[in-house]
Amino acid sequence: MELVCPAGNLPSLKATVDNGADAVYVGFQDDTNARHFSGLNFTGRTFEKAVHYAQDRGRKIFVAVNTFPRPEGFSRWQAAVDQAADYGVDALIVADMGVMDYACERWPDLRLHVSVQASVTTAEGIRFYHENFGVRRVVLPRVLSIGQVAHVVRESPIPVEVFGFGSLCVMVEGRCLLSSYATGRSPNTYGACSPASHVRWEETGDGTDTRLNGVLIDHFGEGEKAGYPTLCKGRFRVGEHVFYALEEPTSLNTLSILPRLREIGVSAIKVEGRQRSPAYVAQVTAVMRAAIDHCLQDPASYRPRDQWMRALGSVSEGTQTTLGAYHRPWQ
Amino acid sequence: MRLSIGPIQYFWERPRVFEFYDQLAHSPAEIVYLGEAVCSKRRLIKPEDWLAIGRELRQSGKEVLLSSLTLLEAASEVGSLRKLCGNDEFMVEANDVAAIQMLSAAGKEFVTGPGINLYNLRSLRLLARKGLRRWVLPVELGLDTLRDLQSMRPERVETEVFALGRLPLAYSARCYTARSHNLPKDDCQFKCLDYPDGRMLETRDGQEFLVLNGIQTQSAQTHSVLGQLPELEALGVDVLRISPQSQGSPRIIEIFDEARNGAGPEVLQQELISLLPAGACNGYLLQRAGMDHDDSQAA
Repeated sequence: MELVCPAGNLPSLKATVDNGADAVYVGFQDDTNARHFSGLNFTGRTFEKAVHYAQDRGRKIFVAVNTFPRPEGFSRWQAAVDQAADYGVDALIVADMGVMDYACERWPDLRLHVSVQASVTTAEGIRFYHENFGVRRVVLPRVLSIGQVAHVVRESPIPVEVFGFGSLCVMVEGRCLLSSYATGRSPNTYGACSPASHVRWEETGDGTDTRLNGVLIDHFGEGEKAGYPTLCKGRFRVGEHVFYALEEPTSLNTLSILPRLREIGVSAIKVEGRQRSPAYVAQVTAVMRAAIDHCLQDPASYRPRDQWMRALGSVSEGTQTTLGAYHRPWQ
Repeated sequence: MRLSIGPIQYFWERPRVFEFYDQLAHSPAEIVYLGEAVCSKRRLIKPEDWLAIGRELRQSGKEVLLSSLTLLEAASEVGSLRKLCGNDEFMVEANDVAAIQMLSAAGKEFVTGPGINLYNLRSLRLLARKGLRRWVLPVELGLDTLRDLQSMRPERVETEVFALGRLPLAYSARCYTARSHNLPKDDCQFKCLDYPDGRMLETRDGQEFLVLNGIQTQSAQTHSVLGQLPELEALGVDVLRISPQSQGSPRIIEIFDEARNGAGPEVLQQELISLLPAGACNGYLLQRAGMDHDDSQAA
């Protein structure tokens, strides 16, 4: 099982490589990728350094070109594909079928992975991308139970990558318009969810309101720690009750099911978080490396260690973690 | 422009479904999409029932299509999809790429629904080669993008726009209607039956924001393009889709029929808004936040 870790800048990239990532994934500094945040991502010379830093140490580097171009911007996505190919990256992570069509025609030897943003949850869907574009890996959305993942892995014509740790999308990726509905900026086309440009923190008489383009996502009382207003992790009223109607602030953590993921034949484990700090990716990469190594060496006796769980818990949203959809009762 | 009726997004009791389609037979809508596109646990209407409803509507002169499930998870859902795509009577609206794969492999023409991300010409042309006959513009795209796509769209491919309805915004493994009753999805007790237009989610300061519809999340406001029909017509849009709601759909269809035939929009607009459960929005079509509502443009 390959460990695939995120990097939003060169220090993070070095941190993932130095702490044992098998592969690191990055994006360019524009809307061609799904972490289009200011001050994040790579251009020109830093990209070249990143490719060398990873590949000189025997690690792979993937580039996410995983948003959906509209006609007027399509050339920007082509340029991103070309730049990644020119620098000899190990794979492109792509969501849009038009971009895949371009990449496999222009760069027939370039390895393509189907991004989680393509929203592919079945072997039939994987076959579409495999037959049409020769893709060689698929990243599954975070909506399948562990039994369903096992079934897809069994039937899939290509290796399967799943999410192992990080912020949790509770909606099927690539088909979630909640943030675009509220702000007009779409994860699909702009590459950001609940963008900081539309966030407002307001002190009220009795605490703090967090708003996204004016919409009240949550209210925190005095002494309550106010979290970032990610739309699907706010508190809302449904009927009589105010609660986390969609999902609590929480992170996905699969340490407890690593042996099962290995057993069913998952090829790679992905860590979410290109927007996170170098210290974060260093810590998460180190824990995941230790856990995967232990799991591969001795799956029968593998147990997640308390220190790993504490380390991951401390950097998780709301300092809590979940198995998400892998675990049926979550659904 | 022709009018289509999208698949019922909600879980309705059997009699309500049959009554709805009985009324539709005499409506000015030309196209009807049938079937369950949201949740595979909703089985009050069996596949053979949908076929029977489809045959009757076809007898009344409607073009009938079967819509596929949007989010596929279980192997049994893929099995049902295979049967749906294998039917020889009606064209299928693909709402997931798995359906596109099955239909194109079988050499069948198909329509793509709002669940398929078609954002650019290269994607459209690719699917046109695979048998795409009509596509629904992704709901978050606006008139500017539509104009670019229409100017160079592949021959023989028709364009449909989601014209009226609560917007399908997201799909999840989790059932939010069940969660709002403190129930897991596997024991949902079919709570969706209690909410024939979905269950309202409000912000803590009382803004009607979203609607929970099982595993689907919708906009609370109803997306309406009634104010933009001249622009859509000028751009060569072929079909306007009206999404069913539990009350008022027959009159809503008539309103769109009158508007496409040139009736002044001001009075119609007022009447339309009075028929919507929580008001209107049209921001997406105007390249803005989907929840925005521009009255000046909407007339």
